[in-house]
Amino acid sequence: MELRTGIRERQLISQRLVVAACGAGVLLLLLIVRLSWLQLVEHERFVTASEANRLQTLPVPPARGQIIDRNGIVLAENTPRLQLSVIPEESDDIEQLVAEIRARIPFSDDEIRTFTSSLKARRRPREPVVILDELTDEEAARLAVDAFLFPELRLQASPRRYYPFGGLTAHSLGYVGRLALEELQDIDERRYAGTQMIGKLGIERAYEEALLGQVGVERVETSARGQIMRTVERKDPVPGDDIPVYLDIGLQAKMYDLLGDRRGAIVAMDPATGGLLAVVSAPSFDANVFTGGISSARYRALQNDRDTPLFNRALRGQYPPGSTIKPMLGLVGLHYGAVTWQTRINDRGFYQLPGIEHRYRDWKRWGHGQVDMDVAVIESCDTYFYEMAVRLGIDDMAAGMAPFGFGRRQGPDVTGTVPGILPSRQWKRDARREPWYLGETVIAGIGQGYWVTTPLQLATATNVMARRGTFIEPHYAVRPDLEQGVPVNLGTPNDWERMIDAMEEVMHGEKGTARASGQNMSYRIAGKTGTAQVIAIAQDAEYDENEIDERLRDHAMFVGFAPAEAPSIVVSLIVENGGSGGSTGGPIARALFDYWLIDRKGGAVPPDMQFVEDVNSRVIARTYADGG
Amino acid sequence: MLTAAETGQFESFRPKRFAQRYGLDPFLGFMLLLTSCFGLLVLYSASGQNEYMVIRQAAHVVVGLGLMALVSQVRREVIIQLTPVVFLVAILLLVAVLLFGVGAKGAQRWLDLPGLPRFQPSELMKLALPAMVAWWLTRHPLPPRHSHLLIAAVMLVIPVGLIAKQPDLGTSIIIAGSGFFVIFLAGLSWRILGALFAAGLAALPVLWSVMHEYQRARVLTLFDPQSDPLGAGWNTIQAMTALGSGGLMGKGYAAGTQAQLKFLPESHTDFIVAVIGEELGFLGICLVILMYGLILGRCLLLTSRAETHFGRLFCGSITMTFFVYVFVNLGMVSGVLPVVGVPLPLISYGGTSIVSLLVGFGLMMAMQRTNRVLSGDSS
Repeated sequence: MELRTGIRERQLISQRLVVAACGAGVLLLLLIVRLSWLQLVEHERFVTASEANRLQTLPVPPARGQIIDRNGIVLAENTPRLQLSVIPEESDDIEQLVAEIRARIPFSDDEIRTFTSSLKARRRPREPVVILDELTDEEAARLAVDAFLFPELRLQASPRRYYPFGGLTAHSLGYVGRLALEELQDIDERRYAGTQMIGKLGIERAYEEALLGQVGVERVETSARGQIMRTVERKDPVPGDDIPVYLDIGLQAKMYDLLGDRRGAIVAMDPATGGLLAVVSAPSFDANVFTGGISSARYRALQNDRDTPLFNRALRGQYPPGSTIKPMLGLVGLHYGAVTWQTRINDRGFYQLPGIEHRYRDWKRWGHGQVDMDVAVIESCDTYFYEMAVRLGIDDMAAGMAPFGFGRRQGPDVTGTVPGILPSRQWKRDARREPWYLGETVIAGIGQGYWVTTPLQLATATNVMARRGTFIEPHYAVRPDLEQGVPVNLGTPNDWERMIDAMEEVMHGEKGTARASGQNMSYRIAGKTGTAQVIAIAQDAEYDENEIDERLRDHAMFVGFAPAEAPSIVVSLIVENGGSGGSTGGPIARALFDYWLIDRKGGAVPPDMQFVEDVNSRVIARTYADGG
Repeated sequence: MLTAAETGQFESFRPKRFAQRYGLDPFLGFMLLLTSCFGLLVLYSASGQNEYMVIRQAAHVVVGLGLMALVSQVRREVIIQLTPVVFLVAILLLVAVLLFGVGAKGAQRWLDLPGLPRFQPSELMKLALPAMVAWWLTRHPLPPRHSHLLIAAVMLVIPVGLIAKQPDLGTSIIIAGSGFFVIFLAGLSWRILGALFAAGLAALPVLWSVMHEYQRARVLTLFDPQSDPLGAGWNTIQAMTALGSGGLMGKGYAAGTQAQLKFLPESHTDFIVAVIGEELGFLGICLVILMYGLILGRCLLLTSRAETHFGRLFCGSITMTFFVYVFVNLGMVSGVLPVVGVPLPLISYGGTSIVSLLVGFGLMMAMQRTNRVLSGDSS
């Protein structure tokens, strides 16, 4: 029985073995059929393919679109450069190769590190990896002598993004940088075949789609060494679109010139369109350091700079708006009936909530006396606005100010903006989980407390004043679709005109806070000064500019537009730790308005390029001063 | 009586008899040696005349053949007894790979234990799994009952899952195959086989959804390599071009433009057969297939001669796995199977695979020797 089972089992296995062997035999036969088809039947075709194999398919990257300012001056262009790269699949020993190159061309450790990390990064098969980003003609010649030793090297001309005024435009144009691994997930990789750069910030990023263009394909015949002999077939790339922007390089330069070594930001806008004429944040940096693959040492130096040149103060700097928003607040107060033009308040130099000891001080220690709305705006009376804020209440204040654009991101093509904070009861409950206190309403009345805004937001809000009551999204590019104003329903046209008259008095009136800057003028400015506190001053202490550490001094602010009756430019500016808005902000604003309206005749006269270049070289000097 | 060495009479030394005395199968041993030497020759061309690489590979072959001879001396009972232990150790090592393994390109396949050379535990599993399944099934009458099959299936799924997780799709398929062949040879009913096939077809969409992005790309390019000529389709296009342009006679040794100009990727490892096809032509490929056919035929013969059921199942599985290697590799290079990382046995460059293959053949021979020496001629 046992034995019979054994024999049966053995027969079973043998049967199965025969089945398996037959299966294997059939499959091997099929393989032979397939191979004979490939090698005998289709032989000719593959011979051609193999001959043509030196025919390589290469992506041809499109030329990136240019960014062109309102005068037709190119702000971002492509310049030729010689790039040295290697196809890692063709190299047996890359370290040896690098050593060989190094023996011929100087090559920093930092560049080697950059190369090794890009070598490790994920890439398509046979995609060249850049070794040296920019070779001088002399270096290229030295390498060319021994080129036959290194068939795996590719020396090719590939355009480099260049910003002729890289220091002036870094914070508005942004820059392109090497396509990072994380970014591969968000893009269509095929469109970037052969392209190593992508817009990282600013206009370069916002209009990446349009600037990029369509990749082309080229079939080239290469010799056994991989050198390109001739182009067999070519589908031309479609270059990216040029993006015309409202930016004015002359105005940008003038702003950096006026700011000098100070930290700050200036935004200028065209009231008719909401187009951004200038967006400036100082100190700046040379955007060109990013297009060539920035060295880590230089990047660290920029990052560790105490004055944060990489930080975009114009779009991301959050400052209390201070008194600059008083004209708008005034309109809100009038609209909600908290005050009328006739309301008078007696200012004794401070404001007190009923039954509370605490004194909310006016900037003028002895007070402004009897004050109505006009005077309160012209002289920037704090007490009037404390009183008005309490009458108005924080929620109506927030509701009235929201249409000016506060508390939210703005600018559909402005990247990297922050929303700031427009405080309200609801906001505080959501963000802080705390109830609102009346004292916080008081200081909100002069743009302090939780309230923070960016220079861009202040420019946009001031533009609503300039346009007599319509809001328009700020934007860089010429975009008719964005240039429809949205009405801000506050008060009557008369209220707006009267408030603008008060803003003119700020500049030109006998008691205006910026009257020193408003003398001897052929046109009129409507403006408002502001001084944002950096630290709270103790109840009875005197604020003494000279005694306080420079970094703790107040920020000087100014918003305004000119000519007041038919504005062609809106400006908002902040000078960090600059002191008072009247004494520091006013003169800068006056100089800007003069430059724009008189020197440039509202943009009709092209900018002085020598001046632009001089300022740019001063601005970028800092980038190369140390660490790099 | 004096030995041959002492008398100087070397004519009495006959390799065949010598081999037989030590249980080495002379025909199989010769074919393995021949194929390996042919492989070294091809490697010299495929590596771009890199002598160092050829010497290293020769060392692998020598070590592998030595281990084969050594393993063939182990008594069959010892192998059977050790099977469960080795299987457990292999499982533990695979778990260790997932925990502390090292690797490259997103896969974790190697174990770098102090004091040991780096190795891939999945290579050990290639032998341990079929042995274990054979060990289990031969403890019970054949064909196996459903409950036994279920346990065998569990034995199979665990290591395959662990290897697939590394991820190493090629090896996990090979190992799944090696375990499956044991079950098949043990008499898995045709009905279950049909059901499995149907279930497999139904599971394809599921498999697709758990595959890695690069694996999907490989499958897709199989149907249309031109869809991504610079990317995933590159390997297949270049390999087919190399084969096809070789024609009947080939372009001549070390004269294939595809291989020598490095258009062909992985030309010394997974795609080495494309070098043979390009340089030695269809005839060269037929020679390779002939050699493999002879090895397979001999292995089938040895399998049928193996005395115990364990031996037969195990030898049969090793034979069929060897066939799968050859078939999958040739299939992927000639563009009928997706590109999975399966080397051409005995010819592709790589130490671990050649050594584990030859050890497998050693075990196959061990199943023979014990037959004869211990139980005499039982037929």
